[in-house]
Amino acid sequence: MSTYKIGVIGDKDSILGFKTLGVTTFPVIDSQAALSVLKQAAKDDYAVLFITEEIAQDLEDAIAELNKRFLPVVVPVPNNKGTLGIGMGKIKESVEKAIGADILFRKEG
Amino acid sequence: MEIRVNPTRMELNQLKKRLEMAQRGHKLLKDKRDELIRQFLERVRENKELREQIEAELTAAMAKFLLARAVMPQEVLEEALMYPTTRLSLTAKRQNIMSVYAPRLSWQQTARIRGESEGENSNIYPYGFVGTSVELDASIETLAEIMPRLLKLAELEKAVQLLADEIEKTRRRVNALEYVLIPKMQETVRYITMKLDENERGALTRLMKIKDIVRAKV
Repeated sequence: MSTYKIGVIGDKDSILGFKTLGVTTFPVIDSQAALSVLKQAAKDDYAVLFITEEIAQDLEDAIAELNKRFLPVVVPVPNNKGTLGIGMGKIKESVEKAIGADILFRKEG
Repeated sequence: MEIRVNPTRMELNQLKKRLEMAQRGHKLLKDKRDELIRQFLERVRENKELREQIEAELTAAMAKFLLARAVMPQEVLEEALMYPTTRLSLTAKRQNIMSVYAPRLSWQQTARIRGESEGENSNIYPYGFVGTSVELDASIETLAEIMPRLLKLAELEKAVQLLADEIEKTRRRVNALEYVLIPKMQETVRYITMKLDENERGALTRLMKIKDIVRAKV
């Protein structure tokens, strides 16, 4: 069984702290750079890639594509400015896809 | 609309067999769909809760880190974080949820520097405490605390997405069988039976008619 690595993609201010935990950090500025990092990381043995929502919002297609595979797992996380609701939106999307109606978030919407 | 077939007895038998098979498949798929949805709901609830927690905590931790950056010169900060003491590595196993394969992650934290004290939390800081700020310590501590749950979140989220895809696929199959294929076959079976009966009746009347004609001639 092989071992995998963990990566974090996002703006430097938000992700640098992860470095101390032994996680690889990929500081990027725009989504263009993030896309190439994401593609490369998916080819290498990264099992989990955390990506800040600010960057993730422009890369939805690429992330959706990767999440159809067994690995890696691409997880949108909030950055230091707070959440944009992308991660939650993804869960909502899954529920709608599976059940046909949104039964988890109904109270809020 | 029925399927276009020759109305023969052989066709009828074959069709009946296919219909039976389709009905059995339909029942099985329906059961699969129900179980998948159960598994899905279990996970998606947990996923939602976990994400809510983590989003709040992570934002706070990152904000703390931003604060640390603000009070420290950038060079000092980057130097402090340059060489992490630990390395996080993952192993991923396949877990089988109703034949949907989702990764199950487990992680090991290994110390990079040998001879370092193996204290619980003392070795997550890769820097000395002189020259760095308290905010940095705090933010790193929170991050270290969140990390295991982040990985759990990753695992759950993947499973939820894969399950959602599978449920959609299964549901489509169930519906296709239930509303298209099975009714079509039933319709066709009826059509063939009627046609065969009609032929039989036709043959019978013809025979009777011939009999009449023959009798009249005699």
